[in-house]
Amino acid sequence: MAGVYVAVACGAFRRYSTYRAATVAGVVTNSVFGGILASTMLALWHARPGLGGYDARQAVTYVWISQALLMTVAVWGGGFQDDVQARFRSGDIAIDLYRPVDFQGWWLATDLGRAGFQLLTRGAVPLVLGSLMFELALPLRPLVWAEFLLAVLLAVVVSFGVRFLVSVAGFWLHDSEGVRAAMTVLSMFFSGMLLPLALFPGALGELARVLPFSAMVQLPADVLLQRRTGHSLVTLYAFQLAWAVALLGLGRVAQALAVRKMVVQGG
Amino acid sequence: MAVIEVEDVRRTFTVRTRNGRWRREKREVRAVDGLTFQVEEGECVGYIGPNGAGKSTTVKMLTGILVPSGGRLRVAGVDPAARRAALARRIGVVFGQRTTLWWDLPLRDSYELARRIYRIPDARYRANLDRCVELLDLGALLDTPVRQLSLGQRMRGDLAAALLHDPAVLYLDEPTIGLDTISKTKVREFLRETNREQRTTVLLTTHDLTDIEQLCGRVMVIDHGRLVLDGPLEDLHAAGESERTLVVDLAAPHPPIELPGVRTVKVEGPRQWLAFPARQSAAPLVAAVAERYPLVDLSVREPAIEDVIARIYTGSAAEPAR
Repeated sequence: MAGVYVAVACGAFRRYSTYRAATVAGVVTNSVFGGILASTMLALWHARPGLGGYDARQAVTYVWISQALLMTVAVWGGGFQDDVQARFRSGDIAIDLYRPVDFQGWWLATDLGRAGFQLLTRGAVPLVLGSLMFELALPLRPLVWAEFLLAVLLAVVVSFGVRFLVSVAGFWLHDSEGVRAAMTVLSMFFSGMLLPLALFPGALGELARVLPFSAMVQLPADVLLQRRTGHSLVTLYAFQLAWAVALLGLGRVAQALAVRKMVVQGG
Repeated sequence: MAVIEVEDVRRTFTVRTRNGRWRREKREVRAVDGLTFQVEEGECVGYIGPNGAGKSTTVKMLTGILVPSGGRLRVAGVDPAARRAALARRIGVVFGQRTTLWWDLPLRDSYELARRIYRIPDARYRANLDRCVELLDLGALLDTPVRQLSLGQRMRGDLAAALLHDPAVLYLDEPTIGLDTISKTKVREFLRETNREQRTTVLLTTHDLTDIEQLCGRVMVIDHGRLVLDGPLEDLHAAGESERTLVVDLAAPHPPIELPGVRTVKVEGPRQWLAFPARQSAAPLVAAVAERYPLVDLSVREPAIEDVIARIYTGSAAEPAR
């Protein structure tokens, strides 16, 4: 049965690879934004060295990592979410129930396939370009990169969990665009996409560190910057995994309720 | 053996309408109201009715994505709503206006995926795919991304996707909608072949009555949630009290022809239109006309199925023919 989901993930990977112009345009966008943000950060860290416990080089690296994760982890939303929303609008969502596959598993597989493609293109290319334009604090040991990839995988699953809940809201709201917009704002702010969470003051910082969004950008970046190693790295994975499991579990409950509503009440 | 068994099935929906600012009124709508029928293995049944008659509601209940409010349902021996996932492996569904194909990828990828989803054994998969490719003329399209296919090509692609796993029952909803004549013919030929060779039971919902005439030995008409007719196509004509028309050209303009059992519908110079019951043979009538009038030429027009259906829907069989 796992073969189906592997095939779905591979299909999604290939599907994204057919959007060549969009990929090139996206890579350019990420790189340009990375350059602008990195220059801004450099100026900020010149004025306030050591801000949030990062030196200037680490701050610039953080910017490039977050650019690499923006699309890979779908911090803004999107990916399978666009497809599900379109299927709600067109009514095609009903046919999905005619297929003997798990709805959540199907979309998780497509999202992992998408993330794989975007990591290789919109993740890797801007990071390489960034390292050519700026002096970055990237690790040389392959093990750290492997640890980073695991954190990214968990980040994608957490992000999927959040987006899946928003999508399933479509069963009740018919269009989850409003919820999605609100979630995008929360996600951009609390993931650490705009600024490292260490810069958030007091209670806001505490809140940001316990919300699932931190698992999307802040934590994978910490792994690559080697701010979390040894025992601290294990607790980081545990945190990501706990949110992933909790969100997927909630998603399953929501899915069961949604299907029940559709089957019993007639959608 | 009956593949589909429907016994006194009902389905009501609660509709809430707003009365004034705060008050809301609940109203029960009976979408399907005491439906009973059986479909035998290998049958091809046309299921027709005006919009809102309860066709889709029936199909949703038969596929298990809607629970009936009452009555008993069995498809391929199982209760659809209780065993939706298991049933999904044994049915095929094609909607003319929707697609299950992978939009951005070649047609072949969608088929490969179907092979995995339905766990189709390799040999079966090859045989079924080869058959579909041949009959539906898909060979040149297999490596084309679905988004580049025309509507007719995509429809053929969807049909193949729905049949690779040898479903016991195939539900078709408007399979020829929007297709050109050639594509329609191809789709119909394929369906006829599949129904005959593979013994696939087909339930066809459509507004295109040519689909029904060419494919279905039996037709069920639903209106207001009830079956108003269930039988062979000929019954439809009987129920609609349909008439055939004999068009005669006389040597010269003539007063309306008067013959027993015949209505003269129209006179236009030397040409006259005579309506007679569809079940009656035209031969005696032709003989009678030829005997008494200077007959030059003639033709017989069959009743249009659209008119027959329209009469059944409106319940007024007394409407004058054209």
